[in-house]
Amino acid sequence: MARYTQRRLLQMIPLLLGISMIIFLIIQAAPGGPEAIFLERGTFVDPQVIESFRRRLGLDQPIYIQYIRWFGAMLSGDFGVSFSTGRPVAQVILERLPATVELMALSFVFAAIAALPLGIYSAYRQYSLLDLSATTFSFLGMAMPVFWFGLILQLVFAVRLGWLPTSGRTTVGNESLWNQVQHLILPAVVLSIRQIAGWSRYMRASLLDIIHADYVRTARAKGLSERTVILGHAVKNALIPVVSIMALDLAGLFSGAVITETIFGWPGIGRLFVQSMFARDYPVLMGILMIGSFMVVFFNLMADLLYGWLDPRISYQ
Amino acid sequence: MAVQGQTITPSQDMTSRPARSQRSLFWHKFRRHKLAVLSGAVLIFFIVLVALAPWIAPYTFDSIDTKNIRKPPSLAHIMGSDDLGRDLFTRILYGGRISLTIGIFSALVATVVGAVLGAVAAFYGGWLDNIIMRLTDVAFAIPALPLLIILSSYANSSIPIMILIIGALSWMGTARAIRGVVLSIKEQEFLTAARAIGVSDRAMIFRHILPNAITPIIVGATLGVGNAIITESSLSFLGLGVAPPTPSWGNMLQDAQSTMATKPWLTIFPGLAILITVLCVNFLGDGLRDALDPRTKV
Repeated sequence: MARYTQRRLLQMIPLLLGISMIIFLIIQAAPGGPEAIFLERGTFVDPQVIESFRRRLGLDQPIYIQYIRWFGAMLSGDFGVSFSTGRPVAQVILERLPATVELMALSFVFAAIAALPLGIYSAYRQYSLLDLSATTFSFLGMAMPVFWFGLILQLVFAVRLGWLPTSGRTTVGNESLWNQVQHLILPAVVLSIRQIAGWSRYMRASLLDIIHADYVRTARAKGLSERTVILGHAVKNALIPVVSIMALDLAGLFSGAVITETIFGWPGIGRLFVQSMFARDYPVLMGILMIGSFMVVFFNLMADLLYGWLDPRISYQ
Repeated sequence: MAVQGQTITPSQDMTSRPARSQRSLFWHKFRRHKLAVLSGAVLIFFIVLVALAPWIAPYTFDSIDTKNIRKPPSLAHIMGSDDLGRDLFTRILYGGRISLTIGIFSALVATVVGAVLGAVAAFYGGWLDNIIMRLTDVAFAIPALPLLIILSSYANSSIPIMILIIGALSWMGTARAIRGVVLSIKEQEFLTAARAIGVSDRAMIFRHILPNAITPIIVGATLGVGNAIITESSLSFLGLGVAPPTPSWGNMLQDAQSTMATKPWLTIFPGLAILITVLCVNFLGDGLRDALDPRTKV
């Protein structure tokens, strides 16, 4: 296991290198750079000023030098300087990261609490009314654009009923915990909807595979209570593939956070990303993309390791 | 479905089934999936409806009616009208042309790229396989939506470029699935036979291998249409996709966001259009999967 982990960690290096190259190239080829910002603002800028600006940012160097510099600096935690604010990108991102992590973590927990029991019950009472409703719900959840679901919830719970705030992380002047919780509810529900739809289906399918297995029958035959048979034997084994899918999906939450944060004015890195896109603030975009990709790679690794740890039959030779 | 009749592997051929029965078998299995049949019918209806938009839409998509601004649904405007008095139903029809075109063609691009890469990787193996699969890993690891947001700035709202971009970022799943299938068919006797009589590599891949991987290709392509429609609408909603005045379901929702509280129909109808379309696409994909799977009992 230790050797496998070591090997997987080593494999991450070329993967992250490849990712960083692709991200760098795509951003380099994007139309407009720092000059475009000046032009879009309609200010006339002396070409000499632009030239010195480019030199200061190292944009006059050949592209591979720029890449090596960018990558080297990133290893020491330096993600460059934001074009629009002039502040270090790492600092800008770190300021916004806690809000995103808070939102993603809550959505993850919420999705797990909702999806797993739903999937278990659906499998245990297959074709029951609840199973059929859960199936309908998950098909709807997968077909619905996340942002539209967000808009509808905003319309109903924030605008019409007035139970919850429309957007933001806190109300200005009210820093109470309850106020923060109220702000979190809608974005967290919206962000978790696709995971609830997906995981409950996986849980159901996985448990249905197992529920007729011989060892489940044996557990019943030796007189264990129904509860122990299902929760202790069947669910425990059925959870294995589901848990690894859940770890993989953590990465997908990141894409969802971009949309959710934008709708709910949530001050995290997803919204920062969209704002930076409109400002053509490429260093910030590159920084967020790198962090997002790193999270994906990291959670893929966790998913694989978790799978092996949960299922001792899998050997990593 | 024309290919289906020709793709009988020798083992199936030995039971001496006439070629046509594969197709009738498919129809037989597909028809049992009532929801998939219904979904297919709804989708065909939608496609015909939006294709005929210029002839059946009650207004033109940019005709401004200052006397009927932001009117709720009525007989004159069955889905209401927007900020400029444009008929919402008309705009949904025209928006559907854009959204469905992007959805269908992006899925097509993704499927062709994914199928070719997956098949080539599995067929040749070795370093080529390694390179293609590492590329797939890299493409999988970069969060899709943020990357699309950046790439959409290249598109400048050009629809063909948007199709290429969405397609270029959604081939990975198909590539992995096809690679798996091809690895398993690669070792079968009919391919050894084909090689023995000197069939070229290209003919091997395109005439003998890919037709046998038709199930994951068709199912992947179908589900891809739904995902591409949602992706397009998300980008347009953020203001980075199809640009007004051309309507798409996504940018109509962006327009609607500011007046959502007072004019909810502007938010509800375009969203429902996306929801129903994607739902039907997903049901259709499920039905096709079952019908094309030889293991499904008749």
